[in-house]
Amino acid sequence: MPVVSMTVNGKAVSADVDSRTLLVQYLRENLRLTGTHVGCDTSQCGACVVHVNGDALKSCTALAVALEGADVVTIEGLAKDGKLHPMQEAFRENHGLQCGFCTPGMIMSAVDIVNRKGNKLEEKLIREELEGNICRCTGYHNIVKAIAAGAEGMAGQ
Amino acid sequence: MYPFTYHQPDSARKAASVAGKAEDAKFLAGGMTLLPTMKQRLASPANLIDLAKCDDMRGIEIKGRSVTIGAMTRHVDVANSKELQEAIPALADLAGMIGDPAVRNRGTIGGSLANNDPAADYPAAALALGATIVTNKRKIEAEDYFTGLFETALEEGEVITKITFPIPAKAGYEKFRNPASRYAIVGVFVAKKGSEVRVAVTGAGSGGVFRATKIEAALTAKFSSKSLEGVKMPAEGLNSDIHADAEYRAHLITVMAKRATDKAK
Ligand SMILES: Cc1cc2nc3c(=O)[nH]c(=O)nc-3n(C[C@H](O)[C@H](O)[C@H](O)COP(=O)(O)OP(=O)(O)OC[C@H]3O[C@@H](n4cnc5c(N)ncnc54)[C@H](O)[C@@H]3O)c2cc1C
Ligand code: FES
Ligand code: FES
Repeated sequence: MPVVSMTVNGKAVSADVDSRTLLVQYLRENLRLTGTHVGCDTSQCGACVVHVNGDALKSCTALAVALEGADVVTIEGLAKDGKLHPMQEAFRENHGLQCGFCTPGMIMSAVDIVNRKGNKLEEKLIREELEGNICRCTGYHNIVKAIAAGAEGMAGQ
Repeated sequence: MYPFTYHQPDSARKAASVAGKAEDAKFLAGGMTLLPTMKQRLASPANLIDLAKCDDMRGIEIKGRSVTIGAMTRHVDVANSKELQEAIPALADLAGMIGDPAVRNRGTIGGSLANNDPAADYPAAALALGATIVTNKRKIEAEDYFTGLFETALEEGEVITKITFPIPAKAGYEKFRNPASRYAIVGVFVAKKGSEVRVAVTGAGSGGVFRATKIEAALTAKFSSKSLEGVKMPAEGLNSDIHADAEYRAHLITVMAKRATDKAK
């Protein structure tokens, strides 16, 4: 079986995996980073979004072997020194979650939106950019509010 | 997903050569269609040839009156290309309407054209603009390339390397999205070049993308959405499904064609 090495949340990691192993399995099962969720497993819901070399992608739809050498950031990589990331803090403050299942993917997508679109985000843009993230508890209203607030919070970073 | 042998060639030529030797092989581009299909066990290639490291299959080049896009160029790169936004804004616009940001970060133009999903966006652009699909073996005109639902003129082991689009005088694309998947229920691409107008429709036809000759005739007389007042598309040969019936799709074709014409630049 191929050995696949990556940098995950700043740490060098490596694991012996079958070539059909998906990135999300590599993260959850080999590295025990279970913050990244599998909602649909059909590339629709965005619960599995992580950042790979700076791009948001659905980790249920990428092969681990194809990402040899990649730099990956998961939800576990956002908080620093025991302090929540401004986007996580904004979700908490704005009650941007109900059951919390979609939340890791929502937050990873949200941070990516800010990285691409800046710290002042219109509601319409947030809703458009969030097309690939589905929340079964339909908490979109507060999610959108949280992302706008988190975007401003990230300006101070 | 069933097991497979993974290959990662670093050029189009090597990819084609692996495909020539390996049995039951499939190319992997962005994987946004192929990986879900393999997970559902609807595809189970013995050999998977990943094109991600084929740098010669990536990039956007504008030369004279045409634009050439490498098959492995991602939707996000097509959408954000400043040069393309100048040369064929409708094409950049179309790429930005595909799926969602994570899908656009992985999905490629070559993968979309090879897959020829009847509701995909790129086939409409390729047919309306009169694109040429370039493979490791030959050049295929868009007119001869799309042969049916998920069917193309590509042969076993043939790899798309790039796609060339002639630059039109004006073009526009508009789609009526399926709100869940964002695929087109009906998408219409209009392109005007000299006195010729070509209009391609995706999402609607039971045989995949097709040219709407009735709308082409009306727009050739005068390139304005007003020319489409009262133009009724026939419902024969259009899809009926839980999302929309054939009559409704026929109606949407004219509506989307009008909007695409108004947007055209
Ligand atoms: C949630 C979601 C929403 C989407 N929404 C839309 C949408 O709104 N509009 C739309 O048009 N599409 C949409 N798509 C599809 C998306 O655009 C895909 O990226 C595309 O259809 C396939 O491209 P890919 O690069 O991912 O190819 P892959 O999935 O890797 O490959 C698809 C097929 O093409 C073959 N192939 C790939 N590259 C080549 C090549 N260079 N030469 C020969 N054969 C090749 C593969 O062997 C495979 O059979 C969506 C997908 C998802 C998951
Ligand atoms: S689990 Fe990956 S998109 Fe739903
Ligand atoms: S908070 Fe429950 S799925 Fe979004």
